This record gives sequence, structure tokens and C-alpha cells, in this order.
Amino acid sequence: MHFEYSIEGGNFSRAGYASSEIKKLLKQLNVDMGIIKRTVVACYEAEVNVVAHAYSGTIYVDLNTDLIRIRLQDEGPGIPDIDQAMQEGFSTASSKVREMGFGAGMGLPNIKKNADKMEISSEVGKGTTLEITMFLQ
Amino acid sequence: MMAVKYFHHALKFRKEVCIGCSHCMNVCPTQAIRIHGGKAELTDNRCVDCGKCYRACPVGAIIVEQDDFSRIFEFEHRVALIPNVLMGQFPEQVSINQIRSVLHELGFTHIFEVEHGTRVLEGAMKQYMEQHGRKKPLISTFCPAVVRLIQVRFPGLTDNLILLKPPLDIAATYFRKKLIDEGAKSKEIGMFYITPCAAKIAAVKSPVGDDTSDIDGVINMDFIFNKVYTSMKQGHKGKNFCQVPSLYTLQPEEMLWSLTEGESSRMPGRSLAIDEINNVIEFLEKIENGENADIDFLELRACDQSCAGGILTSGNRFFTVERLRNQAREVEMENLPHYHQEVDESMESYRGFLMENIGVKKVLPRSMEKLDEDMKQALLKMQMVRDIMALLPSVDCGLCGSPTCNALAQDIAQGRAEITHCIFIQKKYEQKDWLNSKDSMEILKEIWGEEKFGSQKN
Ligand code: SF4
Ligand code: SF4
Ligand code: SF4
Repeated sequence: MHFEYSIEGGNFSRAGYASSEIKKLLKQLNVDMGIIKRTVVACYEAEVNVVAHAYSGTIYVDLNTDLIRIRLQDEGPGIPDIDQAMQEGFSTASSKVREMGFGAGMGLPNIKKNADKMEISSEVGKGTTLEITMFLQ
Repeated sequence: MMAVKYFHHALKFRKEVCIGCSHCMNVCPTQAIRIHGGKAELTDNRCVDCGKCYRACPVGAIIVEQDDFSRIFEFEHRVALIPNVLMGQFPEQVSINQIRSVLHELGFTHIFEVEHGTRVLEGAMKQYMEQHGRKKPLISTFCPAVVRLIQVRFPGLTDNLILLKPPLDIAATYFRKKLIDEGAKSKEIGMFYITPCAAKIAAVKSPVGDDTSDIDGVINMDFIFNKVYTSMKQGHKGKNFCQVPSLYTLQPEEMLWSLTEGESSRMPGRSLAIDEINNVIEFLEKIENGENADIDFLELRACDQSCAGGILTSGNRFFTVERLRNQAREVEMENLPHYHQEVDESMESYRGFLMENIGVKKVLPRSMEKLDEDMKQALLKMQMVRDIMALLPSVDCGLCGSPTCNALAQDIAQGRAEITHCIFIQKKYEQKDWLNSKDSMEILKEIWGEEKFGSQKN
């Protein structure tokens, strides 16, 4: 089944909405609580990343009884050096964003830690695509 | 279908009184209510006993069951376990001593404030937090409505619950043991809790994470309030009253334990207090997403102003809070009274015994969110809900007898309702000649009852 949620860059008051919706879906499917927790943490981090760094984005969710695939596609500055971004503690978030408690550079590594599979690709000046896969069984 | 009944409910819907106005359905935070045949119907396992519906009902069709008061006389030693909010119910000119006297006159042989249990509990909680500190945030189990809410709506957070008995149970365990040690037989002791809410009744009747309770019965606080207040209005000023110590018996922080921040202000680290069930739900959503996970302790209460806002209280909750705060301040300014020290020392000598008995079993998730136990079926139903949602108008008018369009869609997917229950669909179908107006009227009658449509023939 397919779901889509749009994300507005810079609007932190709505950050987390899509993650909450996805959480609801997984609860309705009676997915194991541990998997739900990891999914939501990864998804929430990713969602906040888009809000913090991009102009806009969309979350595409595909799920069946075997897996859930969450693809976050944004239009934004992109990530010049993905390897560097994957290191814990690295952050390009502005100080304003950091003050709000976001963008402490925990994002990508934390997503990777929680996701069963994570793929990321980015084009500078265009945007970033992040795909999180969780195996439900 | 849910065959197992997980919870005991203290709230009862009286069909004969219900006018099917749907107020209760619209305020229920867990969507546990539907209207059928012009009457409110409860889905037992979804209800968390928060009492929102009780407050919303305009005709008193929802009642809170209680034990027959005369049951106390089945026991030789009749203990009234009173929460401090009882003291906050009365206007200033009524003294605590008077209240206690009337309770004695009503037949109780002993009176014991449940907040005495907090002195052992506070230490135990701090210890628990040290041992389980990595599971942030740890959540208090004080409010049984919140514990159930977590079980049914936030099952992933059941692991965060602090698995310790609430002050009430500790106080009951202590006092029973003390009476036994003084020579009473256990079966001659009757412990009755004067409850401010339905959730506590449910918790006594089917304790969360525990099999039995030391409490023999519950008496609703409004019942006691009326008794005491009537007696005072009739001019009882003490001449018939038995001797009770005329002193405060609680420490200031104990007096405030059941109010908002009563616990959080006592806990180390970063702690937060949130009251009112919708606020609690909003906050738990965030916590579940992993937002602000570095909070150490959460005090969550289902009622606005915590227990001062319990549904069985009679006093205005803001006055109650003010009164209890004043009381606490008074005690703080005076030297601690002598009677208090007695309780203090006695409880201290039982600390070891109480600590042995303070734990409760793991609280199990009772998720009511799932569309089906089987994921494949659940997925099919989810698709169905989506398809139905595409047809429904998303106005959440409730005329279908379900609280929202989405709730109706889920009800349909689970075989508990029909799409024609939606008034918009009815109109659409009528226009397409798929449904005649007579049938559509029948559907409405089925949901809202015959009476709502008067005697006009159509
Ligand atoms: S007590 Fe609360 S949860 Fe239960 S039916 Fe009433 S409003 Fe809903
Ligand atoms: S509030 Fe609920 S229980 Fe009370 S009359 Fe209305 S429908 Fe019936
Ligand atoms: S806040 Fe207090 S009165 Fe209200 S439901 Fe919880 S325990 Fe009962």
C-alpha cells in the first residue's frame, strides 16, 4: 500500500506529523512494538532533517506484510559529502535550528542505527533522497 | 473480535436514561463510544476510565458504581483510606477535625490518609530511577487512567512505566499489617477507599500489574462529601463527635502529592508534570516519536488539576488546589505536630516490609489500535479503510453513530457498521436510486432510535 506526506522546509511546528501518521499505520497493522519504535525514531529524524535543511520534501511510504519502505525526497541544497555527514557529530544545521534542539548531527548515523537498511543519494543544489527499509517479519 | 475482557470498568451506562445525545461519544479520548439504537454503547477494552464521558453527559445516564456503604459494617475494624483531596472539598470554615469526626460518626473506626504511603514510595521511586535510568523517560503509575491509556494507545511505552505500587496500595498494606500486629484478625479488617475518580475504582477491582488488592471496597467521594456536609449544615459542631487528634498528619509535600507537580517536584533530574488527558495524549505522541527523549521522569494525570479535578469530587478544582496549598503552607510554618511523628516512626519500622511488597508485575500492552491480529488481514482492512475514506466526506459530524469519519471507516472494515450509516452516502445513494428514502430513514432510526423521529409517519 502506498502513502504520501508532504514536508514543508523550515516549518518545525509540523515536523513529526508524517512520523506520527506512519506510526499509526504500523500500530494498526499490529507490527511488533520494537520495530515500530525503531521505524518511528528513524523516520522522525529523517523528517526533521528535511525540515531543517530543505525547501520542501515528500515522504513516500510503501508497505506490505514483509516490509515498510520510507523514501524521503527533498528539494534543497543537497549533501556535498555524504561520508562526512554520516559521521556522528557532524552537522551543517544553522545555530537557530540547533537552539531548537534539532540538528545536533545525530541525524543520519541515528537513522542508520535504527533502520534495517538505509540508502542515501544526493545532488548538490538539487536535493537528497533517503530511503529507509524496515523488515516487518 | 475482541473476546477477552481486559479491564474492569467502574462506569456504567444506564440505557434507560440515555437520550442518545452523543456528547459522551464526542469527548471520549479513546473513541470507545458508539451510538446504536439511540443509546450510547461502550467498547470495554478501549475505555480507560478517564471519566470525560461522565462529565459530558447532560442527563446523568453514566454512573459510577460503588460499593454499598453498609458493607463497611461487615467488618469489625473499619478503615477509611482517604486521599488528601477529600480535605480540599470543603469550604475554609470546615475544619479537618470536623471532617474526620463525621467520618468516625458514620461508622469508620480508623482514618488513614493514603498519602502516608508516599514517604516510602518516594524513596523507592528514586531508587527505581537509578536502576532503570536508561529507559527514559520513566513514567509514574500514580494515575490508573494514564496507565490504561498507555496500555491501549501507547503500548510501546509500557516498558517506561515505573513498576511500583501507588501510595494508596502502600498505605493499605501498611495499615492492615499494623492492625494485625496490634492483634486484629485480617478478615475482620475492612479497608475502604474514598475515591475521587472512576479510574481508581477500576484499579482496585482489577489492579494493574497485580492480582489482588488490600482494599476491600470503594466509596465515592461525592457520597461522603454529601454526608459530611449535610451533617455540618445540620449544626453538628462536635458534641457527638468522637475523639480524633486535631492535628495535621501529613507532611506538606505529602499533602500535595496528588496535585499537579506533586510527584515531579520530588523527583531528581529533568522531570515534567502534565495534567488533563488530551494534553497527556499530545505529549505521549511526541515522546513515542523519540522527541525530547532526555526527560528523566514524567508525571501524567488524566484530570485537569490532577486529582483535585477527579470526577467524583464536589468542590471546584481550583479552590481545592488553593485550599490544599494553603494547608501545606500552614504545616510548613508550624512545627511538625506530634501525631505526625508517631505515624512517621511507625511507618519507618515497617519500611523493610513495605519495600518487599512495593513492586508490581510488568504492565502488558493492550493495544486497541490494530485492525486485526493477523498482519495480512490488517493490511486488507487498512486498504478498505482507505477506500472508504475516499468516499466519506471527512466532516466528522457523528451522525453515523461513530465519532469521526475515520472511526466509521474502521468500524466498517471490522464489520461493525455499514457505509450507508453515513448521511452523505445516504443522500448520494438516494439520488442514484440505490436507496429509497424509507430505507434511509430506517437506517437513521437504527442508529438514533425511533423516538428521535417522533410519531410522524413518512
Ligand atoms: S471513561 Fe473516558 S475512555 Fe472511557 S468511555 Fe468515558 S470518555 Fe471514553
Ligand atoms: S452523553 Fe452519552 S450516555 Fe449521556 S445521554 Fe448522551 S449519549 Fe447517552
Ligand atoms: S488524575 Fe487522579 S482523580 Fe484523575 S483519574 Fe487520575 S488518579 Fe483519578
